[in-house]
Amino acid sequence: MKILQSWLKEYIDIDVSTEKLVEKLFGAGFEVEEIIYLGKDIEKIVVGEVTSIEKYEGTHLYICHVNCGSYGEDNLILTGADNVFKGAKVPAAVVGAKLPGGLEIQPRKMKDMMSYGMLCSGGELGIDDNWIKGASVNGILILPEDAPVGEDIVKYLGLDDYVFDISITANRPDCQSVVGIAREVAAFLKKPLKEPDYSFTTTDKTHGEISIEVIDKDLCPRYLGHYIYDVQHFESPQWLKRRLAVCGFGAIDAIVDITNYVLLEIGQPMHAFDLDTLDGKSIVVRRAKNGEKITTLDEKERTLTADNLLICDKVKGVGLAGIMGGLNSEIKPQTSEILLEAAKFRRDNVRKTSRALGLHTDAAARFEKGVDEYGVEMGMARALNLVEKLGVAKISSSHFDVSAGENTAPRTFDVTIEKVNSVLGIDVPQSEIVSILKALSFGVSENGSTLTVTVPRYREDVENYQDIAEEVIREYGYDHVIPTFLKTAEVTGGGLNFLQNKELAAKKFFCSCGFYEIQTLAMYSKRELDMIMLPENAPERKVIELLNPITDNLSIMRTVMSPCMINVIADNVKNDRSEGRFFELANIYLPKNIPLTEAPEERKILCLGAFGANESFFTVKAEIEAFAAANGLTLRFERGERCWLHPGITAEIFCEGKSIGVLGKLRYEVIDNLNVAEGKKSDLNIILAELDYSAIQSLYKQEIKYTPASGFAKIKRDLSVTLDKKTLCIEVEDEIKAASDKVCEVVLFDHYESEKLGFGKKSLSFSITFADKADVTDEQADAEMEKITARLSEKLGAARR
Amino acid sequence: MKDFSEIKEQVKAKIGEVRDGASLSEFWQNFLGKAGVIQGLMKEMKNVSPEEKPLFGKAVNDVREWAQELYRQKQEEIKKLELNARYEKETVDVTLPALRRAPGNLHPITIIKQQMIDVFAGMGFEIYEGPEIEDDDHNFTRLNVLKDHPSRDMQDTFWLTEDLLLRTHTSPGQIRTMDSHKPPIKVLVPGKVFRSDSDATHSPMFSQMEGLVVDKGITLCDLQGMLDKFVQEIFGSGTKTRLRPSYFPFTEPSVEVDVSCFECGGKGCSLCKGTGWIEVLGGGVVNKKVLENCGIDSEVYSGLAFGIGIERITMLKYGISNMGVLFRNEMDFLEQFKA
Repeated sequence: MKILQSWLKEYIDIDVSTEKLVEKLFGAGFEVEEIIYLGKDIEKIVVGEVTSIEKYEGTHLYICHVNCGSYGEDNLILTGADNVFKGAKVPAAVVGAKLPGGLEIQPRKMKDMMSYGMLCSGGELGIDDNWIKGASVNGILILPEDAPVGEDIVKYLGLDDYVFDISITANRPDCQSVVGIAREVAAFLKKPLKEPDYSFTTTDKTHGEISIEVIDKDLCPRYLGHYIYDVQHFESPQWLKRRLAVCGFGAIDAIVDITNYVLLEIGQPMHAFDLDTLDGKSIVVRRAKNGEKITTLDEKERTLTADNLLICDKVKGVGLAGIMGGLNSEIKPQTSEILLEAAKFRRDNVRKTSRALGLHTDAAARFEKGVDEYGVEMGMARALNLVEKLGVAKISSSHFDVSAGENTAPRTFDVTIEKVNSVLGIDVPQSEIVSILKALSFGVSENGSTLTVTVPRYREDVENYQDIAEEVIREYGYDHVIPTFLKTAEVTGGGLNFLQNKELAAKKFFCSCGFYEIQTLAMYSKRELDMIMLPENAPERKVIELLNPITDNLSIMRTVMSPCMINVIADNVKNDRSEGRFFELANIYLPKNIPLTEAPEERKILCLGAFGANESFFTVKAEIEAFAAANGLTLRFERGERCWLHPGITAEIFCEGKSIGVLGKLRYEVIDNLNVAEGKKSDLNIILAELDYSAIQSLYKQEIKYTPASGFAKIKRDLSVTLDKKTLCIEVEDEIKAASDKVCEVVLFDHYESEKLGFGKKSLSFSITFADKADVTDEQADAEMEKITARLSEKLGAARR
Repeated sequence: MKDFSEIKEQVKAKIGEVRDGASLSEFWQNFLGKAGVIQGLMKEMKNVSPEEKPLFGKAVNDVREWAQELYRQKQEEIKKLELNARYEKETVDVTLPALRRAPGNLHPITIIKQQMIDVFAGMGFEIYEGPEIEDDDHNFTRLNVLKDHPSRDMQDTFWLTEDLLLRTHTSPGQIRTMDSHKPPIKVLVPGKVFRSDSDATHSPMFSQMEGLVVDKGITLCDLQGMLDKFVQEIFGSGTKTRLRPSYFPFTEPSVEVDVSCFECGGKGCSLCKGTGWIEVLGGGVVNKKVLENCGIDSEVYSGLAFGIGIERITMLKYGISNMGVLFRNEMDFLEQFKA
């Protein structure tokens, strides 16, 4: 919010420097985000009087002699502008002067003559007609005749002023105005606030027909109207136009300017209706009908719903409550009777309507943050004061006040000094607390250490001792806080719990296997699902969509991690990386139903990705198995299937009978479609794994119990078999275990394929360990080997070699 | 008395010829084995007179022991030779590259998150991670961010339904903790949060760490004391904090916490934009309404809460100026965080 320093000074004597003021504001919770000096970059430009002027023959130039007082009584300055005349007062930039934009004035030759300075236009000084009349003309700014020669133009034009862009926190809507900030400045400078003039006199005239009815009082708790007549139309005085201009408002017409002025000064948005256009001379505040239309002042037709509050007359909508007036009731040059509006509209309703219509106005911005009923009353009073002061209209006695009956009496409650200090942890003296509250316009009566405080009506945010504590400390100063360390708190044990420790260990495990941890966004788009060739009916297509995505690229919550990993690998390949390993441990989001009716499952996935010529299914399988083994888990790999993975190089991974993930090589079609240079695609080898970490961590064993070795002799035997090459190793292992209950371990130690074995055959060699509840004898081992051989032959057609 | 000098000469000569294990065992067989020369001497015992027998027997034994000692010495010598030969043969160029690749490392956000957790864990904080998809109640309403309040606009929310949303802060963790635990509470809630915002200093997804303490007699002074310790651990022992007023609906009073610039020591530099201070986190005394919303008696207990942007700390610590690079996952970037 922009605040002009000189405007502020109208209500408070500021006897500190601008820097100090900004620092104090910051300390009180009002950060000044930008300080704009209006005379920035203007130097040595003064009021000059043109003492003579003649045409420079053969050019478009004029030769002027300019009296600049102490800056030289006879400066020879050439100008191309043709609105300069003898005796004119003009802004004259003498040699050495600086202009906004960095221009520095030096003697310079124009045609065959030297010019020692420059006469300035309004534009060159960064101002327009709103600042001073004549500033917008195409030519030199002609100053009033009484402008004192030699005076610094910055001072003369009032540009020696600052605009503060202040950020106001959401709890302080009362500070969204000059007066609101002035109150705060008054409190911390301990100076009295000079309230704006709220007085006005009314005539005896009343208007018998006007009626105001608020139907939806929940959305409009307070509505004030005042009838004014004999409206005169003229331009506002310069001081008012200037103040509007620095805050970004153009001047329109005195009455309209007054409504904007009150918005800036008091923080109360106002509206003026042309009474003549109101059917039945009535105002009816109601929800719009679904589909009802209104054309707003910006000449756009807007279609409304019952969620939008509409200001209507007997027949039609005449204004969008709190946001913008209707075109049909706007003030026109011939308007002679006006109904002035000051109201309080419910902030979330204004916000919703403003958002829904994409219509953001200064009024809406104020209403969204909240106006208070005190401001409604003061806003109307101040507007009428200005109407009278500027002679805009006559003020009738027809005043209307429709209230939903909300309690507008000041809030009062008791608070003890101990309670306030118990929040802060320091002992702020009672006298200090009382003085601070009084400076902030709180009513305070003391009864021992109990204070009965009466909250100013505009401070709707102050309700209890905690709020009082905040008022106290921000005025008393946060530098009074003495750091302590939980003097009264109980001792608690801290740190990561079992699963949190395991998770960190899992990440570190993969780091030591050469994987870099990555972080990708949890949202992506349907294109990512297309990328991995998911069919229409794939469960991963059941996704949660964002209602308000910032971009289509981030419009759904991910249901599968691989696309994120593939994108990261592709990006790195583009950056000329030829190999690498990544992992990410993050959530996928699985809705129980669509549309979403309850919180979805958030499943932690450990996604691995490895690319490069040296990677294979087995390099990554080794790391996964080692990870499982390190956590006391045994995995079982079976042939698996995913639409984005190689049909022959994909394994479903099981642990304790449950699938816990998949490992495989990325399909060539997916690689083909990656946004990677063709040359880099041809031998791109990407291995991906998605492990269900939520499932894995449920299998972690927290308790470990030692088991002594049995001490019974085990026997190890080797077995080589020839069998169909399509038979999986795991199938053979399963049959070996099924054949003999004495088998305690089966490890493949050799496999090869050769034509010598016969067409479509391969050889597998296992080392089998037998154990029992007694010593295993050679005879027993022989017998078990027989059983195994027989079963392999019967079930798998395998021949022992 | 029979002199064995001839045999001794033979033994000496033969053992001198032994070069390897095979010739050594040949030596054993020839002289010390059951059919060896020395054993053969015992056969002559029968030709010795009864009174000489003990002396003869001792002499043979002496020879045997003498030969055995020679054998043992030779055995040691050969073992050493053979090992040396093996070492020689097995010698490799140790400067050849290793077979395994270099290790990877954690993402910088994880590293900093973990450092932060370690600091607070030492102060007795437990760690809780709540859901990333929250409802209005936990993310807003019970944190005193009421439906009609403009503070809802402070955080641009990604909505999934009328009620469900991507959590905009880790503060719902406060509610979930207080729902399931009674004071004393010291909990840290790290996690991902989401806001519909994306530019050089904002990412639609980022990480926060919420801290909550609820106990008897907790004050604003405790907040600063605790955060002083935190910033000293993270940014160095000379670091100070500065509190300044702010507003969060769930704390009252609310503060922004700045740290003295660790780059310039507070003199003013480009990092702190000349102010000597860097904004790092927000916090305050827990609003009594929030305690009451969780069934905690605000007359007995009070609390403090704070929220730290993990990316912010990460960027400050590592000198990263563009937030986007944290989520681009380029190896050139990732591989720099080994520590």
